[in-house]
Amino acid sequence: MSAVQPDKSKLYHRQVPATWWLKKSTYFLFMLRELSSLFIALFLVLYLVQLYQLTDGPQAYVAFAHKLSSPGWLLFHLVVLLFALYHSFTWFQSTAVILVLRIGDRVIPREIVTALNIGAWGLISLVILVLFLALKG
Amino acid sequence: MAESTIRLNVTRYRPELDRVPRTQSYDIPYREDWVVLDALNHIKDQIDGTLSYRWSCRMGVCGSCGMMVNGVPKLTCASFLRDYYPREIQVEPLVNFPIIRDLVIDMSDFMDKLKSVKPWIIRKEEKPVSQGEYRQTPAELDTYKQFTQCINCMLCYAACPVYGLEPEFLGPAAIALGYRYNMDSRDQGRDQRQGILMSHDAIWQCTFVGECSLVCPKDVDPAAAIQRTKVDTTKEWFQSLLLPWGQK
Amino acid sequence: MFREKTTEPLWWGLFSAGGVIAAFLVPIHVIIAGFAVPLNWISDPGILYRSWLVRIYLFVLISLPLYHWAHRFYFAVNDMQLGIPRKPLALLCYGGAVVGTLVAGWVLARL
Repeated sequence: MSAVQPDKSKLYHRQVPATWWLKKSTYFLFMLRELSSLFIALFLVLYLVQLYQLTDGPQAYVAFAHKLSSPGWLLFHLVVLLFALYHSFTWFQSTAVILVLRIGDRVIPREIVTALNIGAWGLISLVILVLFLALKG
Repeated sequence: MAESTIRLNVTRYRPELDRVPRTQSYDIPYREDWVVLDALNHIKDQIDGTLSYRWSCRMGVCGSCGMMVNGVPKLTCASFLRDYYPREIQVEPLVNFPIIRDLVIDMSDFMDKLKSVKPWIIRKEEKPVSQGEYRQTPAELDTYKQFTQCINCMLCYAACPVYGLEPEFLGPAAIALGYRYNMDSRDQGRDQRQGILMSHDAIWQCTFVGECSLVCPKDVDPAAAIQRTKVDTTKEWFQSLLLPWGQK
Repeated sequence: MFREKTTEPLWWGLFSAGGVIAAFLVPIHVIIAGFAVPLNWISDPGILYRSWLVRIYLFVLISLPLYHWAHRFYFAVNDMQLGIPRKPLALLCYGGAVVGTLVAGWVLARL
């Protein structure tokens, strides 16, 4: 090596504080996005527990659903819903960054890809709701 | 008539004298058209010749003058005093790099990681000059052009929390440049880069914080390059798992 | 020939698939299971779940986002520098997702 090297023993190393994600709004929103996965998982586990009640018959299932009408559980599901929506919208934005969609020679702008994803989400949600209403018995 | 001044609080670190960095304040004349780099040059020329810092082109193409300005990684040649005036301006060396002296950081980790992705055209066989130039359509150029704009300023490394926490992480610019050469239609070196790009600790620590693309002064969007590299690598991994005869 | 012995692409692939499922399907299911049915906006006598098609759909809905959680949570906890050692954390997260998948399959098969 022809370049002059610094004295490695005198380099000053600054540590990243463990609270780095609290110091900037973009970092904080990032961490919230990551934690949304926890609330989604908790909801799905609860949903599985609810479905498990069916092994004891439909009355047990309906009784459990009634338990979920308590203010505590309603608040839980509200928090889950907010986090789930945050996950969905940030996921659609990420998809638009990662996927390069072309029509011929031209690239589809990111805002349009995001909008298409949101539209698909709306449509799929509606279809699931309609199917549920039609098939629930 | 009293001239307006603005205060710069600058990190000082003299390895032969200091055990830890400290901050030194300088009051310099406020000029509407000055950038932070002009302020640093004024300090060095008129006030304190001992201040050390890197700079070169002063117009945002060389990537030398990256520093933390009020906690944000910026090119000091592109940070106007008028955007901060009358508040004080903190000038610190780029975070996530060791400090050599004052505002000068040790970039050898970045240089090593950049070299490891082999950021040059790799050919299995060189085309002799007599056969003419390599030809590329505008569409082929389009697939990688934005990633050629990287000026190696390392602002993305200062912005990336993962680079600060994970020693093996290649970092935004290195991965983006690896992607740039993989996507170049003239390049045939993808398998040579895969060794590093697909290894356990090189790209996977990225959690798409996205701060790198936010601070990039040349709109390279390294975050996009990294996620696309993950997608390509995952596709190849599953292909080699499910269709082993299809491997190159 | 170049592939180092890393399984990271597998977990990232599962993370991505789980993320897609969660993004498109979870909000409406939260509304149905968390509000509409408990508050009696819609009745749900539980007959729907006898269908195998519905049970397979629910298996995908419940299990894949667990891998999404495992991968994101593992990296987030590491990033938060809480001092939790990596291998036990990985076992908790990815192992938890696998256990969740098996439990979900078992429960749904028994309905």
